[in-house]
Amino acid sequence: MEKIFRNLSLSSASLVFIILLGIFITLFLASKDAINEFGIGFITNPNWNKEVSIDATDKSSQSAQDFSLEDDFLADDEDDMILDEDDAILDEDDMLFDDSIKKTFTDYGALVPIVGTLLTTLIALIFALPIAMGIAVFLAEIAPKNIAAPISVAIELLAAIPSIIFGMWGLYYFAPIVADLVGGYQVSLLTAGLVLGIMILPFMAAITRDSMNTTPDVLKESAYAMGATKFEVIKDIIFPYSKVGIIGSIILALGRALGETMAVAFLIGSIFALPTAINSPTISIPVAMANNFGEASGLGESSLFYLALILFVISFGVISFAKLYFLKGAR
Amino acid sequence: MRLIINKIVLGLSTLSALIGLAFLGWILITLFMKGLGSFHLSLFLNDLIDGGLRNLIVGQFILAGIAATIGIPLGMAAGIYIQEYGRGKYAEVIRNLSDIMMSAPSIVIGAFVYAIIVVPTGGTSGFAGAIALAIMMLPIVISTTDNMLSLVPKELREAGIALGASKYKVIVDIVIKAAKVGIMTGILLAFARIIGETAPLLFTSETSNYFSLDLTESFPSLTVSIYDLANEPEESSRDLAWAASFILTVLVLTINLAGRFITRNKKR
Repeated sequence: MEKIFRNLSLSSASLVFIILLGIFITLFLASKDAINEFGIGFITNPNWNKEVSIDATDKSSQSAQDFSLEDDFLADDEDDMILDEDDAILDEDDMLFDDSIKKTFTDYGALVPIVGTLLTTLIALIFALPIAMGIAVFLAEIAPKNIAAPISVAIELLAAIPSIIFGMWGLYYFAPIVADLVGGYQVSLLTAGLVLGIMILPFMAAITRDSMNTTPDVLKESAYAMGATKFEVIKDIIFPYSKVGIIGSIILALGRALGETMAVAFLIGSIFALPTAINSPTISIPVAMANNFGEASGLGESSLFYLALILFVISFGVISFAKLYFLKGAR
Repeated sequence: MRLIINKIVLGLSTLSALIGLAFLGWILITLFMKGLGSFHLSLFLNDLIDGGLRNLIVGQFILAGIAATIGIPLGMAAGIYIQEYGRGKYAEVIRNLSDIMMSAPSIVIGAFVYAIIVVPTGGTSGFAGAIALAIMMLPIVISTTDNMLSLVPKELREAGIALGASKYKVIVDIVIKAAKVGIMTGILLAFARIIGETAPLLFTSETSNYFSLDLTESFPSLTVSIYDLANEPEESSRDLAWAASFILTVLVLTINLAGRFITRNKKR
Protein backbone atom coordinates (compact mmCIF):
# COMPACT_ATOMS: atom_id res chain seq x y z
CA MET A 1 0.00 0.00 0.00
CA GLU A 2 2.76 2.36 0.98
CA LYS A 3 4.58 1.66 -2.28
CA ILE A 4 1.47 2.01 -4.43
CA PHE A 5 0.62 5.35 -2.86
CA ARG A 6 4.12 6.67 -3.29
CA ASN A 7 4.30 5.62 -6.90
CA LEU A 8 0.86 7.03 -7.64
CA SER A 9 1.85 10.41 -6.30
CA LEU A 10 5.18 10.27 -8.11
CA SER A 11 3.50 9.55 -11.43
CA SER A 12 0.96 12.33 -10.88
CA ALA A 13 3.81 14.72 -10.28
CA SER A 14 5.55 13.51 -13.40
CA LEU A 15 2.34 14.18 -15.31
CA VAL A 16 3.11 17.90 -15.15
CA PHE A 17 6.41 17.32 -16.88
CA ILE A 18 4.83 14.96 -19.41
CA ILE A 19 2.03 17.37 -20.29
CA LEU A 20 4.36 20.33 -20.78
CA LEU A 21 6.72 18.24 -22.90
CA GLY A 22 3.69 16.83 -24.72
CA ILE A 23 2.41 20.31 -25.52
CA PHE A 24 5.76 21.30 -26.96
CA ILE A 25 6.19 18.15 -29.05
CA THR A 26 2.59 18.13 -30.26
CA LEU A 27 2.68 21.77 -31.31
CA PHE A 28 6.00 21.21 -33.03
CA LEU A 29 4.76 18.17 -34.96
CA ALA A 30 1.48 19.85 -35.88
CA SER A 31 3.28 22.92 -37.19
CA LYS A 32 5.86 20.86 -39.08
CA ASP A 33 4.33 21.63 -42.50
CA ALA A 34 4.34 25.37 -41.84
CA ILE A 35 7.87 25.25 -40.45
CA ASN A 36 9.12 23.41 -43.52
CA GLU A 37 7.29 25.77 -45.84
CA PHE A 38 8.10 29.11 -44.26
CA GLY A 39 11.01 28.44 -41.94
CA ILE A 40 12.04 31.10 -39.49
CA GLY A 41 11.02 33.84 -41.95
CA PHE A 42 7.44 33.14 -40.79
CA ILE A 43 8.06 35.52 -37.92
CA THR A 44 8.81 38.53 -40.12
CA ASN A 45 6.27 37.85 -42.88
CA PRO A 46 3.30 40.25 -42.74
CA ASN A 47 1.02 38.20 -45.05
CA TRP A 48 -1.73 35.96 -43.77
CA ASN A 49 -3.90 33.72 -45.89
CA LYS A 50 -2.90 35.64 -48.99
CA GLU A 51 -2.94 34.13 -52.46
CA VAL A 52 0.38 34.69 -54.17
CA SER A 53 1.70 33.31 -57.43
CA ILE A 54 5.07 31.67 -57.71
CA ASP A 55 7.37 31.18 -60.68
CA ALA A 56 8.38 27.69 -61.55
CA THR A 57 12.01 28.64 -61.09
CA ASP A 58 11.81 31.05 -58.22
CA LYS A 59 9.83 29.86 -55.25
CA SER A 60 9.91 33.18 -53.50
CA SER A 61 6.56 34.87 -53.18
CA GLN A 62 5.49 37.72 -55.35
CA SER A 63 3.12 40.41 -54.41
CA ALA A 64 -0.57 40.13 -55.19
CA GLN A 65 -0.29 43.08 -57.57
CA ASP A 66 1.99 41.15 -59.88
CA PHE A 67 -0.57 38.45 -59.88
CA SER A 68 -3.37 40.66 -61.13
CA LEU A 69 -1.09 42.11 -63.81
CA GLU A 70 -0.32 38.66 -65.11
CA ASP A 71 -4.01 37.93 -65.09
CA ASP A 72 -4.61 40.83 -67.49
CA PHE A 73 -1.77 39.64 -69.63
CA LEU A 74 -3.34 36.26 -69.87
CA ALA A 75 -6.66 37.74 -70.92
CA ASP A 76 -4.92 39.62 -73.72
CA ASP A 77 -3.28 36.46 -74.86
CA GLU A 78 -6.58 34.72 -75.07
CA ASP A 79 -7.80 37.37 -77.47
CA ASP A 80 -4.72 36.80 -79.57
CA MET A 81 -5.34 33.11 -79.51
CA ILE A 82 -8.69 33.50 -81.20
CA LEU A 83 -7.04 35.60 -83.91
CA ASP A 84 -4.31 33.20 -84.89
CA GLU A 85 -5.89 29.89 -84.12
CA ASP A 86 -3.49 28.01 -86.35
CA ASP A 87 -0.33 29.04 -84.56
CA ALA A 88 0.52 25.95 -82.60
CA ILE A 89 3.70 27.31 -81.09
CA LEU A 90 1.95 30.24 -79.52
CA ASP A 91 -0.69 27.93 -78.21
CA GLU A 92 1.88 25.76 -76.52
CA ASP A 93 3.53 28.83 -75.12
CA ASP A 94 0.25 29.86 -73.62
CA MET A 95 -0.24 26.48 -72.07
CA LEU A 96 3.09 26.71 -70.34
CA PHE A 97 2.31 30.17 -69.14
CA ASP A 98 -1.05 28.98 -67.89
CA ASP A 99 0.62 26.28 -65.86
CA SER A 100 2.92 28.63 -64.05
CA ILE A 101 0.02 30.94 -63.26
CA LYS A 102 -2.00 28.17 -61.72
CA LYS A 103 0.80 27.52 -59.28
CA THR A 104 -0.43 29.92 -56.67
CA PHE A 105 -0.07 29.16 -53.02
CA THR A 106 -1.38 30.69 -49.86
CA ASP A 107 1.15 32.65 -47.87
CA TYR A 108 1.16 32.75 -44.09
CA GLY A 109 3.26 34.88 -41.79
CA ALA A 110 3.22 35.71 -38.09
CA LEU A 111 4.40 39.31 -38.06
CA VAL A 112 0.99 40.94 -37.62
CA PRO A 113 -0.22 38.78 -34.72
CA ILE A 114 3.18 38.92 -33.01
CA VAL A 115 3.26 42.73 -33.21
CA GLY A 116 -0.38 42.88 -32.06
CA THR A 117 0.34 40.63 -29.08
CA LEU A 118 3.41 42.58 -27.99
CA LEU A 119 1.80 46.00 -28.40
CA THR A 120 -1.41 45.13 -26.52
CA THR A 121 0.67 43.67 -23.72
CA LEU A 122 2.83 46.78 -23.63
CA ILE A 123 -0.20 49.09 -23.46
CA ALA A 124 -1.71 46.93 -20.72
CA LEU A 125 1.52 47.07 -18.76
CA ILE A 126 1.92 50.84 -19.05
CA PHE A 127 -1.68 51.32 -17.95
CA ALA A 128 -1.76 48.76 -15.14
CA LEU A 129 1.68 49.28 -13.62
CA PRO A 130 1.18 52.62 -11.81
CA ILE A 131 -2.33 51.74 -10.64
CA ALA A 132 -1.26 48.31 -9.42
CA MET A 133 1.66 49.83 -7.52
CA GLY A 134 -0.69 52.38 -5.96
CA ILE A 135 -3.13 49.69 -4.90
CA ALA A 136 -0.35 47.57 -3.45
CA VAL A 137 1.04 50.51 -1.46
CA PHE A 138 -2.43 51.39 -0.29
CA LEU A 139 -3.17 47.86 0.88
CA ALA A 140 0.20 47.19 2.44
CA GLU A 141 0.98 50.52 4.08
CA ILE A 142 -1.79 53.08 4.11
CA ALA A 143 -5.14 51.47 4.79
CA PRO A 144 -5.96 50.36 8.32
CA LYS A 145 -6.48 46.61 8.56
CA ASN A 146 -10.25 46.69 8.76
CA ILE A 147 -10.42 48.64 5.49
CA ALA A 148 -7.59 46.85 3.70
CA ALA A 149 -9.14 43.39 4.16
CA PRO A 150 -12.44 44.01 2.32
CA ILE A 151 -10.68 46.01 -0.40
CA SER A 152 -8.23 43.15 -0.85
CA VAL A 153 -11.14 40.76 -1.33
CA ALA A 154 -12.80 43.15 -3.78
CA ILE A 155 -9.62 43.46 -5.85
CA GLU A 156 -9.24 39.68 -5.85
CA LEU A 157 -12.85 39.32 -6.98
CA LEU A 158 -11.99 41.52 -9.93
CA ALA A 159 -9.40 38.89 -10.81
CA ALA A 160 -11.99 36.13 -10.52
CA ILE A 161 -14.34 37.59 -13.14
CA PRO A 162 -14.14 35.42 -16.29
CA SER A 163 -12.22 37.04 -19.13
CA ILE A 164 -15.14 36.75 -21.52
CA ILE A 165 -17.07 39.15 -19.27
CA PHE A 166 -14.25 41.67 -19.48
CA GLY A 167 -14.41 41.35 -23.25
CA MET A 168 -18.14 41.93 -23.52
CA TRP A 169 -18.16 44.77 -21.04
CA GLY A 170 -15.14 46.29 -22.74
CA LEU A 171 -16.69 46.14 -26.18
CA TYR A 172 -20.11 47.55 -25.31
CA TYR A 173 -19.35 49.93 -22.45
CA PHE A 174 -15.67 50.76 -22.11
CA ALA A 175 -14.55 51.01 -25.75
CA PRO A 176 -17.17 53.57 -26.86
CA ILE A 177 -15.99 55.93 -24.11
CA VAL A 178 -12.33 55.48 -25.01
CA ALA A 179 -13.10 55.96 -28.70
CA ASP A 180 -14.98 59.16 -27.90
CA LEU A 181 -12.02 60.49 -25.95
CA VAL A 182 -9.20 59.42 -28.26
CA GLY A 183 -10.96 59.08 -31.58
CA GLY A 184 -10.52 56.23 -34.00
CA TYR A 185 -12.10 52.82 -33.90
CA GLN A 186 -13.83 51.25 -30.93
CA VAL A 187 -12.03 48.01 -31.63
CA SER A 188 -8.34 48.81 -31.59
CA LEU A 189 -4.96 48.15 -30.07
CA LEU A 190 -5.67 50.81 -27.46
CA THR A 191 -9.01 49.53 -26.18
CA ALA A 192 -7.79 45.92 -26.21
CA GLY A 193 -4.66 46.92 -24.32
CA LEU A 194 -6.57 48.94 -21.73
CA VAL A 195 -9.07 46.17 -20.97
CA LEU A 196 -6.17 43.73 -20.78
CA GLY A 197 -4.57 46.15 -18.33
CA ILE A 198 -7.68 46.14 -16.14
CA MET A 199 -7.56 42.35 -16.18
CA ILE A 200 -3.96 42.02 -15.02
CA LEU A 201 -4.33 44.87 -12.51
CA PRO A 202 -5.56 42.78 -9.55
CA PHE A 203 -3.07 40.02 -10.25
CA MET A 204 -0.15 42.43 -10.31
CA ALA A 205 -1.39 44.33 -7.25
CA ALA A 206 -1.80 41.13 -5.21
CA ILE A 207 1.73 39.80 -5.79
CA THR A 208 3.27 43.24 -5.33
CA ARG A 209 1.43 43.65 -2.02
CA ASP A 210 2.68 40.24 -0.90
CA SER A 211 6.29 41.15 -1.72
CA MET A 212 5.92 44.48 0.10
CA ASN A 213 4.55 42.69 3.14
CA THR A 214 7.79 40.72 3.43
CA THR A 215 9.67 43.88 4.45
CA PRO A 216 10.66 43.41 8.10
CA ASP A 217 8.82 45.74 10.48
CA VAL A 218 12.08 46.55 12.24
CA LEU A 219 13.44 48.26 9.11
CA LYS A 220 10.31 50.35 8.70
CA GLU A 221 10.17 51.27 12.35
CA SER A 222 13.76 52.43 12.46
CA ALA A 223 13.13 54.65 9.45
CA TYR A 224 10.06 56.15 11.08
CA ALA A 225 12.08 56.70 14.24
CA MET A 226 14.53 58.75 12.18
CA GLY A 227 11.65 61.04 11.24
CA ALA A 228 10.97 59.70 7.76
CA THR A 229 7.56 60.29 6.24
CA LYS A 230 5.43 57.41 5.03
CA PHE A 231 6.37 58.16 1.43
CA GLU A 232 10.08 58.11 2.26
CA VAL A 233 9.70 54.79 4.01
CA ILE A 234 7.91 53.38 0.99
CA LYS A 235 10.42 54.83 -1.45
CA ASP A 236 13.64 54.18 0.43
CA ILE A 237 12.91 51.12 2.54
CA ILE A 238 10.06 49.06 1.14
CA PHE A 239 10.71 49.43 -2.60
CA PRO A 240 14.43 48.62 -2.45
CA TYR A 241 13.72 45.71 -0.13
CA SER A 242 10.98 44.15 -2.23
CA LYS A 243 12.29 45.29 -5.63
CA VAL A 244 13.13 41.81 -6.86
CA GLY A 245 9.71 40.45 -5.97
CA ILE A 246 7.97 43.40 -7.59
CA ILE A 247 9.86 43.04 -10.85
CA GLY A 248 9.07 39.34 -10.79
CA SER A 249 5.38 40.04 -10.35
CA ILE A 250 5.40 42.50 -13.23
CA ILE A 251 6.98 39.97 -15.56
CA LEU A 252 4.58 37.29 -14.38
CA ALA A 253 1.63 39.58 -15.15
CA LEU A 254 3.19 40.24 -18.54
CA GLY A 255 3.36 36.50 -19.17
CA ARG A 256 -0.34 36.21 -18.40
CA ALA A 257 -1.25 39.16 -20.60
CA LEU A 258 0.56 37.65 -23.59
CA GLY A 259 -1.70 34.61 -23.64
CA GLU A 260 -5.02 36.24 -22.83
CA THR A 261 -7.58 35.37 -25.47
CA MET A 262 -11.20 36.20 -24.83
CA ALA A 263 -11.02 39.78 -23.56
CA VAL A 264 -8.73 40.72 -26.44
CA ALA A 265 -10.83 38.81 -28.99
CA PHE A 266 -13.76 41.15 -28.46
CA LEU A 267 -11.72 44.31 -28.71
CA ILE A 268 -8.78 44.04 -31.05
CA GLY A 269 -10.74 44.02 -34.28
CA SER A 270 -9.31 40.76 -35.67
CA ILE A 271 -7.87 42.22 -38.85
CA PHE A 272 -4.65 40.86 -40.31
CA ALA A 273 -3.07 44.25 -40.86
CA LEU A 274 -0.24 46.01 -39.12
CA PRO A 275 -1.65 48.80 -36.95
CA THR A 276 -1.02 52.24 -38.40
CA ALA A 277 -1.92 54.06 -35.20
CA ILE A 278 -2.61 53.22 -31.59
CA ASN A 279 -6.34 53.35 -32.27
CA SER A 280 -6.41 51.13 -35.33
CA PRO A 281 -7.52 47.50 -35.28
CA THR A 282 -5.15 44.54 -35.66
CA ILE A 283 -4.91 40.99 -34.28
CA SER A 284 -2.96 39.04 -31.66
CA ILE A 285 -1.73 35.44 -31.64
CA PRO A 286 -4.40 34.01 -29.28
CA VAL A 287 -7.17 35.84 -31.15
CA ALA A 288 -5.88 34.64 -34.52
CA MET A 289 -6.12 31.11 -33.15
CA ALA A 290 -9.52 31.58 -31.54
CA ASN A 291 -11.10 32.98 -34.69
CA ASN A 292 -9.51 30.84 -37.37
CA PHE A 293 -8.94 27.41 -35.86
CA GLY A 294 -12.43 26.17 -36.63
CA GLU A 295 -12.28 26.71 -40.39
CA ALA A 296 -8.58 26.15 -40.97
CA SER A 297 -7.16 23.08 -42.65
CA GLY A 298 -3.91 22.01 -44.27
CA LEU A 299 -1.24 24.69 -44.36
CA GLY A 300 -3.53 27.21 -42.65
CA GLU A 301 -4.06 24.95 -39.67
CA SER A 302 -0.39 24.11 -39.54
CA SER A 303 0.43 27.82 -39.53
CA LEU A 304 -1.94 28.36 -36.62
CA PHE A 305 -0.12 25.62 -34.72
CA TYR A 306 3.13 27.38 -35.59
CA LEU A 307 1.65 30.53 -34.03
CA ALA A 308 0.65 28.53 -30.96
CA LEU A 309 4.18 27.17 -30.71
CA ILE A 310 5.64 30.68 -30.88
CA LEU A 311 3.22 31.91 -28.20
CA PHE A 312 3.96 28.91 -25.98
CA VAL A 313 7.71 29.38 -26.28
CA ILE A 314 7.50 33.14 -25.61
CA SER A 315 5.25 32.84 -22.57
CA PHE A 316 7.15 29.82 -21.24
CA GLY A 317 10.35 31.84 -21.53
CA VAL A 318 8.91 34.96 -19.92
CA ILE A 319 7.27 33.11 -17.03
CA SER A 320 10.21 30.88 -16.23
CA PHE A 321 12.51 33.91 -16.37
CA ALA A 322 10.30 35.65 -13.79
CA LYS A 323 10.00 32.53 -11.64
CA LEU A 324 13.59 31.43 -11.63
CA TYR A 325 15.38 34.74 -11.70
CA PHE A 326 13.22 37.01 -9.56
CA LEU A 327 10.79 34.97 -7.54
CA LYS A 328 13.20 32.31 -6.38
CA GLY A 329 11.83 30.86 -3.20
CA ALA A 330 8.99 33.38 -3.08
CA ARG A 331 5.83 31.38 -2.53
CA MET B 1 7.72 70.17 1.40
CA ARG B 2 8.44 66.60 2.41
CA LEU B 3 5.09 66.47 4.08
CA ILE B 4 3.33 67.80 1.00
CA ILE B 5 4.98 65.22 -1.27
CA ASN B 6 4.01 62.60 1.27
CA LYS B 7 0.38 63.74 1.16
CA ILE B 8 0.32 63.77 -2.65
CA VAL B 9 1.77 60.28 -2.97
CA LEU B 10 -0.52 58.81 -0.36
CA GLY B 11 -3.44 60.52 -2.08
CA LEU B 12 -2.46 59.06 -5.47
CA SER B 13 -2.13 55.63 -3.94
CA THR B 14 -5.58 55.83 -2.39
CA LEU B 15 -6.90 57.08 -5.71
CA SER B 16 -5.55 54.03 -7.52
CA ALA B 17 -7.28 51.76 -5.05
CA LEU B 18 -10.47 53.65 -5.78
CA ILE B 19 -9.88 53.25 -9.54
CA GLY B 20 -9.55 49.48 -9.05
CA LEU B 21 -12.78 49.39 -7.06
CA ALA B 22 -14.48 51.60 -9.64
CA PHE B 23 -13.74 49.14 -12.43
CA LEU B 24 -15.10 46.25 -10.36
CA GLY B 25 -18.20 48.29 -9.55
CA TRP B 26 -18.65 49.38 -13.16
CA ILE B 27 -18.47 45.82 -14.48
CA LEU B 28 -20.78 44.44 -11.80
CA ILE B 29 -23.36 47.21 -12.22
CA THR B 30 -23.33 46.75 -16.00
CA LEU B 31 -23.86 43.03 -15.54
CA PHE B 32 -26.70 43.55 -13.09
CA MET B 33 -28.48 46.13 -15.23
CA LYS B 34 -28.13 44.29 -18.53
CA GLY B 35 -28.34 40.83 -17.03
CA LEU B 36 -31.36 41.38 -14.82
CA GLY B 37 -33.08 43.21 -17.67
CA SER B 38 -33.14 40.07 -19.79
CA PHE B 39 -33.25 37.63 -16.90
CA HIS B 40 -36.24 35.34 -16.75
CA LEU B 41 -36.98 32.08 -15.00
CA SER B 42 -37.77 30.45 -18.34
CA LEU B 43 -34.05 30.75 -19.14
CA PHE B 44 -33.54 27.81 -16.79
CA LEU B 45 -36.32 25.74 -18.37
CA ASN B 46 -35.58 26.09 -22.08
CA ASP B 47 -32.57 25.11 -24.14
CA LEU B 48 -30.67 27.54 -26.32
CA ILE B 49 -32.60 26.45 -29.40
CA ASP B 50 -35.77 27.75 -27.71
CA GLY B 51 -34.13 30.91 -26.42
CA GLY B 52 -33.14 29.55 -23.00
CA LEU B 53 -29.88 28.64 -21.29
CA ARG B 54 -30.69 25.35 -19.55
CA ASN B 55 -28.55 23.09 -21.71
CA LEU B 56 -25.61 25.50 -21.53
CA ILE B 57 -25.59 25.79 -17.74
CA VAL B 58 -25.92 22.03 -17.27
CA GLY B 59 -23.26 21.46 -19.94
CA GLN B 60 -20.78 23.87 -18.38
CA PHE B 61 -21.24 22.21 -14.98
CA ILE B 62 -20.72 18.76 -16.48
CA LEU B 63 -17.56 19.84 -18.30
CA ALA B 64 -16.10 21.52 -15.20
CA GLY B 65 -17.28 18.62 -13.01
CA ILE B 66 -15.53 15.99 -15.09
CA ALA B 67 -12.44 18.18 -15.25
CA ALA B 68 -12.48 18.45 -11.45
CA THR B 69 -12.95 14.69 -11.07
CA ILE B 70 -9.82 14.16 -13.14
CA GLY B 71 -7.81 17.15 -11.99
CA ILE B 72 -8.35 17.09 -8.22
CA PRO B 73 -7.05 13.58 -7.38
CA LEU B 74 -4.11 13.90 -9.78
CA GLY B 75 -3.26 17.39 -8.55
CA MET B 76 -3.52 16.41 -4.90
CA ALA B 77 -1.36 13.35 -5.42
CA ALA B 78 1.25 15.43 -7.21
CA GLY B 79 1.15 18.07 -4.47
CA ILE B 80 1.58 15.36 -1.85
CA TYR B 81 4.58 14.03 -3.72
CA ILE B 82 6.24 17.42 -3.95
CA GLN B 83 5.68 18.24 -0.28
CA GLU B 84 5.91 14.86 1.45
CA TYR B 85 8.03 12.53 -0.64
CA GLY B 86 10.13 14.72 -2.86
CA ARG B 87 13.44 15.49 -1.27
CA GLY B 88 15.75 16.10 -4.15
CA LYS B 89 15.88 18.29 -7.21
CA TYR B 90 13.10 16.47 -9.03
CA ALA B 91 10.34 17.73 -6.72
CA GLU B 92 11.69 21.27 -7.04
CA VAL B 93 11.70 21.04 -10.83
CA ILE B 94 8.12 19.76 -10.86
CA ARG B 95 7.07 22.55 -8.51
CA ASN B 96 8.52 25.18 -10.83
CA LEU B 97 7.10 23.54 -13.95
CA SER B 98 3.68 23.40 -12.34
CA ASP B 99 3.88 27.12 -11.55
CA ILE B 100 4.83 27.83 -15.16
CA MET B 101 2.02 25.62 -16.42
CA MET B 102 -0.44 27.61 -14.29
CA SER B 103 0.32 30.71 -16.38
CA ALA B 104 0.49 28.92 -19.74
CA PRO B 105 -1.87 30.48 -22.30
CA SER B 106 -5.20 28.68 -22.11
CA ILE B 107 -5.68 28.86 -25.87
CA VAL B 108 -2.47 26.88 -26.34
CA ILE B 109 -3.84 24.16 -24.08
CA GLY B 110 -6.93 24.18 -26.26
CA ALA B 111 -4.76 23.73 -29.36
CA PHE B 112 -2.87 20.90 -27.67
CA VAL B 113 -6.05 19.01 -26.81
CA TYR B 114 -7.34 19.69 -30.31
CA ALA B 115 -4.25 18.03 -31.76
CA ILE B 116 -4.18 15.00 -29.46
CA ILE B 117 -7.91 14.29 -29.04
CA VAL B 118 -10.12 16.18 -31.50
CA VAL B 119 -8.08 15.33 -34.61
CA PRO B 120 -7.66 11.58 -33.89
CA THR B 121 -11.30 11.14 -32.82
CA GLY B 122 -12.56 13.07 -35.82
CA GLY B 123 -14.51 15.84 -34.14
CA THR B 124 -15.12 18.10 -31.19
CA SER B 125 -16.44 16.38 -28.09
CA GLY B 126 -17.41 17.10 -24.51
CA PHE B 127 -14.70 14.70 -23.47
CA ALA B 128 -11.99 16.79 -25.17
CA GLY B 129 -13.32 19.95 -23.51
CA ALA B 130 -13.27 18.32 -20.08
CA ILE B 131 -9.67 17.17 -20.61
CA ALA B 132 -8.62 20.70 -21.60
CA LEU B 133 -10.19 22.08 -18.41
CA ALA B 134 -8.59 19.33 -16.34
CA ILE B 135 -5.17 20.34 -17.67
CA MET B 136 -5.96 23.93 -16.69
CA MET B 137 -6.99 22.84 -13.21
CA LEU B 138 -4.11 20.48 -12.47
CA PRO B 139 -1.38 23.02 -11.63
CA ILE B 140 -3.75 25.12 -9.49
CA VAL B 141 -4.63 22.09 -7.35
CA ILE B 142 -0.96 21.10 -7.14
CA SER B 143 0.08 24.52 -5.93
CA THR B 144 -2.75 24.70 -3.36
CA THR B 145 -2.04 21.24 -1.97
CA ASP B 146 1.68 21.96 -1.86
CA ASN B 147 1.19 25.25 0.00
CA MET B 148 -1.38 23.94 2.45
CA LEU B 149 0.63 20.84 3.34
CA SER B 150 3.67 22.99 3.97
CA LEU B 151 1.70 24.79 6.70
CA VAL B 152 1.11 21.57 8.65
CA PRO B 153 3.55 21.53 11.58
CA LYS B 154 6.34 19.00 11.39
CA GLU B 155 5.56 17.81 14.93
CA LEU B 156 2.26 16.34 13.77
CA ARG B 157 4.05 14.13 11.28
CA GLU B 158 6.69 13.14 13.82
CA ALA B 159 4.01 12.27 16.36
CA GLY B 160 2.35 10.00 13.82
CA ILE B 161 5.56 8.28 12.92
CA ALA B 162 6.48 7.87 16.60
CA LEU B 163 3.21 6.00 17.07
CA GLY B 164 4.39 3.53 14.47
CA ALA B 165 2.16 4.65 11.61
CA SER B 166 3.47 4.14 8.10
CA LYS B 167 4.26 7.22 6.04
CA TYR B 168 1.18 6.65 3.92
CA LYS B 169 -1.00 6.47 7.04
CA VAL B 170 0.53 9.64 8.40
CA ILE B 171 -0.12 11.54 5.16
CA VAL B 172 -3.69 10.35 4.65
CA ASP B 173 -4.90 10.35 8.26
CA ILE B 174 -2.94 13.20 9.80
CA VAL B 175 -1.40 15.64 7.34
CA ILE B 176 -4.28 15.77 4.86
CA LYS B 177 -6.82 16.04 7.69
CA ALA B 178 -4.94 18.95 9.19
CA ALA B 179 -4.77 20.77 5.84
CA LYS B 180 -8.26 19.79 4.72
CA VAL B 181 -9.91 23.21 4.96
CA GLY B 182 -7.16 25.01 3.11
CA ILE B 183 -7.08 22.45 0.34
CA MET B 184 -10.85 22.59 -0.03
CA THR B 185 -10.74 26.35 -0.36
CA GLY B 186 -8.07 26.12 -3.00
CA ILE B 187 -10.06 23.53 -4.90
CA LEU B 188 -13.17 25.70 -4.80
CA LEU B 189 -11.18 28.64 -6.17
CA ALA B 190 -9.72 26.41 -8.88
CA PHE B 191 -13.22 25.23 -9.79
CA ALA B 192 -14.44 28.82 -9.93
CA ARG B 193 -11.63 29.60 -12.30
CA ILE B 194 -12.14 26.76 -14.77
CA ILE B 195 -15.92 27.05 -14.89
CA GLY B 196 -15.51 30.52 -16.38
CA GLU B 197 -12.93 29.48 -18.98
CA THR B 198 -13.72 29.95 -22.66
CA ALA B 199 -10.52 29.72 -24.67
CA PRO B 200 -9.68 26.04 -23.98
CA LEU B 201 -13.23 25.03 -24.98
CA LEU B 202 -13.49 26.97 -28.25
CA PHE B 203 -12.28 24.16 -30.46
CA THR B 204 -12.41 21.18 -28.10
CA SER B 205 -16.01 20.95 -26.89
CA GLU B 206 -17.35 23.83 -28.99
CA THR B 207 -20.98 24.36 -28.01
CA SER B 208 -24.39 23.05 -28.90
CA ASN B 209 -27.88 24.47 -29.12
CA TYR B 210 -29.43 21.31 -27.77
CA PHE B 211 -29.51 19.52 -24.46
CA SER B 212 -26.88 16.79 -24.51
CA LEU B 213 -25.30 14.33 -22.14
CA ASP B 214 -23.32 12.61 -24.87
CA LEU B 215 -19.66 13.35 -24.25
CA THR B 216 -18.60 12.08 -27.68
CA GLU B 217 -20.38 14.92 -29.49
CA SER B 218 -20.02 18.71 -29.47
CA PHE B 219 -21.08 19.70 -25.99
CA PRO B 220 -23.14 22.69 -24.81
CA SER B 221 -20.93 25.28 -23.09
CA LEU B 222 -22.15 28.47 -21.49
CA THR B 223 -18.97 30.45 -22.06
CA VAL B 224 -18.49 29.49 -25.71
CA SER B 225 -22.14 30.32 -26.40
CA ILE B 226 -21.73 33.72 -24.73
CA TYR B 227 -18.92 34.42 -27.19
CA ASP B 228 -21.06 33.32 -30.14
CA LEU B 229 -24.17 35.17 -28.98
CA ALA B 230 -22.34 38.39 -28.16
CA ASN B 231 -21.01 38.59 -31.70
CA GLU B 232 -24.41 38.16 -33.34
CA PRO B 233 -26.03 41.25 -34.79
CA GLU B 234 -29.51 40.66 -33.32
CA GLU B 235 -30.35 42.52 -30.14
CA SER B 236 -32.15 39.45 -28.71
CA SER B 237 -29.01 37.30 -28.99
CA ARG B 238 -26.95 39.91 -27.21
CA ASP B 239 -29.53 40.23 -24.44
CA LEU B 240 -29.33 36.48 -23.98
CA ALA B 241 -25.52 36.77 -23.84
CA TRP B 242 -25.83 39.39 -21.09
CA ALA B 243 -28.21 37.20 -19.11
CA ALA B 244 -25.79 34.29 -19.49
CA SER B 245 -22.85 36.47 -18.43
CA PHE B 246 -24.78 37.60 -15.39
CA ILE B 247 -25.53 34.01 -14.36
CA LEU B 248 -21.92 32.98 -14.98
CA THR B 249 -20.48 35.85 -12.95
CA VAL B 250 -22.86 35.32 -10.03
CA LEU B 251 -21.91 31.64 -10.08
CA VAL B 252 -18.16 32.26 -10.18
CA LEU B 253 -18.19 34.98 -7.52
CA THR B 254 -20.44 32.92 -5.24
CA ILE B 255 -18.12 29.91 -5.39
CA ASN B 256 -15.19 32.24 -4.85
CA LEU B 257 -16.70 33.96 -1.81
CA ALA B 258 -17.86 30.61 -0.40
CA GLY B 259 -14.26 29.42 -0.55
CA ARG B 260 -13.05 32.48 1.32
CA PHE B 261 -15.83 32.16 3.87
CA ILE B 262 -14.81 28.59 4.75
CA THR B 263 -11.23 29.68 5.50
CA ARG B 264 -12.34 32.68 7.52
CA ASN B 265 -14.56 30.56 9.76
CA LYS B 266 -11.84 28.03 10.32
CA LYS B 267 -9.32 30.67 11.29
CA ARG B 268 -11.47 32.02 14.10
